[in-house]
Amino acid sequence: MSEQLALLPEYLTAHIQLTVLALLLSAAVSLPLGIAVTRAKWLEQPVVGLAGVIQTVPSLALLAIMVPILASLELPSIGFFPAIIGLTLYGVLPILRNTVTGIAGVAPAVKDAARGVGMTSWQQLVRVELPLAMPVIVAGIRTATVWIVGVATLSTPVGATSLGNYIFSGLQTRNYTAILIGCVAAAVLALVLDALVRTAETSVRLRLRPRLVLTAISIGLLCSFTAITLVMPLLGSRERPIVIGAKTFTEQYILSAILSRWIEQETGHPTTLMQSLGSMVAFNAITTGDIDLYVEYSGTLWANEMERTDDLVSPAEVIGAVKRFLDERYGVTLVARLGFENAYALAVRETDARKLNLRRISDLTPHAPSLVIGGDYEFFARPEWQAIRNVYGLEFLDRRTMDSTLMYQAAAQQNVDVISAFSSDGRVAAYDLIVLDDDQGAIPPYDAVVLVSQQLSEKAPTVVEALSRLNNTITVERMRRMNLAVDGAGEEPAIVAARFVRDLTP
Amino acid sequence: MIELKALTKSYDGAVVVKELSLTVPRGQLLVLLGGSGSGKTTTLKMINRLIEPTAGAVWIDGTETSTIPGPELRRQVGYVFQQVGLFPHMTVAENVGVTPALLGWSSDRTRAKVDELLALVELDSLHVRDRYPDELSGGQQQRVGVARALAGEPSILLLDEPFGSLDPLTRQRLQDSLVRIRREVGLTAVFVTHDMVEALILGDRIAVMNAGCLVQVGSPRELLTSPADSYVRQLMTTPQRQAEVVDALMAEKVSEDGP
Repeated sequence: MSEQLALLPEYLTAHIQLTVLALLLSAAVSLPLGIAVTRAKWLEQPVVGLAGVIQTVPSLALLAIMVPILASLELPSIGFFPAIIGLTLYGVLPILRNTVTGIAGVAPAVKDAARGVGMTSWQQLVRVELPLAMPVIVAGIRTATVWIVGVATLSTPVGATSLGNYIFSGLQTRNYTAILIGCVAAAVLALVLDALVRTAETSVRLRLRPRLVLTAISIGLLCSFTAITLVMPLLGSRERPIVIGAKTFTEQYILSAILSRWIEQETGHPTTLMQSLGSMVAFNAITTGDIDLYVEYSGTLWANEMERTDDLVSPAEVIGAVKRFLDERYGVTLVARLGFENAYALAVRETDARKLNLRRISDLTPHAPSLVIGGDYEFFARPEWQAIRNVYGLEFLDRRTMDSTLMYQAAAQQNVDVISAFSSDGRVAAYDLIVLDDDQGAIPPYDAVVLVSQQLSEKAPTVVEALSRLNNTITVERMRRMNLAVDGAGEEPAIVAARFVRDLTP
Repeated sequence: MIELKALTKSYDGAVVVKELSLTVPRGQLLVLLGGSGSGKTTTLKMINRLIEPTAGAVWIDGTETSTIPGPELRRQVGYVFQQVGLFPHMTVAENVGVTPALLGWSSDRTRAKVDELLALVELDSLHVRDRYPDELSGGQQQRVGVARALAGEPSILLLDEPFGSLDPLTRQRLQDSLVRIRREVGLTAVFVTHDMVEALILGDRIAVMNAGCLVQVGSPRELLTSPADSYVRQLMTTPQRQAEVVDALMAEKVSEDGP
């Protein structure tokens, strides 16, 4: 609990930065747009329609799609920038729609009178239409506020720190305290911001001067806090810390913590973690230099990036090919092979395996039509799944997609019969499951390898050298034990990592 | 003095007001009288260019109005709306002071003017100046509407069926007030109504409109004694017929109560 709470200032500050800035930008875009629409009626359909379409994109997808879009425009595509743009777009619709509705709702008699007493078009807007539409516009801003606070938790997978870090890492490491802290903090923030906006509006409308002064000061402080915390790091940065990426599962949290500790101990370079990145996001980020290093798996690069589907290749062959490919195509260096594999593997309950005499995936083929398979979000879309299906001729009764943290439990509780397990995952044994042999070699080897961006290898050769000393230091048994310490015993990844680095140090 | 010269308005070819020419001498009140769709409100709104004429011109005190920017023109011409149209987010004092604010008056001058006008329209300034419009009765609201129209010290006042939605007693009190105000301030005014009695009570002259055209202009007496056509005659006899009905009822009452 206290370890988690220690992270709150960082996560909350980042969340406030995202929310306040996105909200201000949303308002800055949609208020003028809404006003323009009421002046040029023909614009209303296309503009409000487009905002509506943006809104129908699921929020996580809206944020994630910013990564390739920004990358293709050669803009910073990981972290704060894509999150801000996604969140801003998300906040546009409620404010825009309410601005249009609010201004349209001003009584025609009052609009006529405004012209009749001699107001110019601008004076009509500022003195009559906007003040009268204000309650409706503010209702839109409040909707946007609450939405943005909520959706901002989804900034974590695109590399922006937020309260979502609690939720994503908590879900992966089954740390319910972390999830709870994240949710409660986000809810409280939403309520506080909503109350501020509401109070500002009522005190303006009802002309409650003391209350207005107080709210204005609070809002001013909030905006200054955002501005200062955003600008400070830019001014004070003597040296950018080395950014270590991690995807969204336990093993990645542990490995990123190990890398961080190891680099700081061996080279003295400061590091920072960017965790819970999507698989595609992480690889994109290292090619652009948005992150400096992370742990990838050779088979993932082989199958996804090189689009190779050859059967029965040796681990060494794959590593050699991947290493050449990364260097030539992206300037990314593969500096170490950690010593264990985390392969996609099919796992079944031990009881089923005994009953049906299952040892290899080939043994599964005749039983598959009566079995249900469960996979993580990526699995059924990955080339490995195609390969397994084609090579072994597997036709399952049904397939279910679920979060990888729930998969093992689902198998143990017989909700599904076969799962796409990870071979280094401690939960395979913990839940009495066994991994089936890939006897036809359909799945490529998945050696854990450390990738370093071109920028870092040019800038800090000592770091590369230190990392290369991690070659062959983690056995699959050790990795399983560490994974289980987090997933099963609820230890913090950082503590497990510290123990490992201590053991490694002579 | 207001002069309308061959004033015409058409929407997509449909003529609403057709080549209307009229003169309102300084200090007079002209009533524009006609049924729904006769073009009387459109004519009124073309005088301060709330509606731009399709053809023709309006001259006010020797200046053609199309040479003055619309907002500036409207600050010099008071306008009282049928639906009042007070600004609901402003107090009574702010509503009345809106044109002075647009004209850039000092706050002292505005304040004095607002108090003077509220007194003129028979409202207790101390009592109402800081109230919001929705706290006032319909009659009080229209009194504020008249005060607002007069706040810029216009030489011309336009009134668009201002008392149409008020109950008869309130309407009569406001009509009386208007007569007195005109006497005190000395305004040139155009007053749109479809109410014959109101036209007879208020108008120095009455212009009868039908289907976008001017049918007859004259003093109330002229219209009563020599109507130009059957439409005007019909209009003029309406109040008489109503009065006869009332008289007949009174006579019955008298005979019932009689000896």
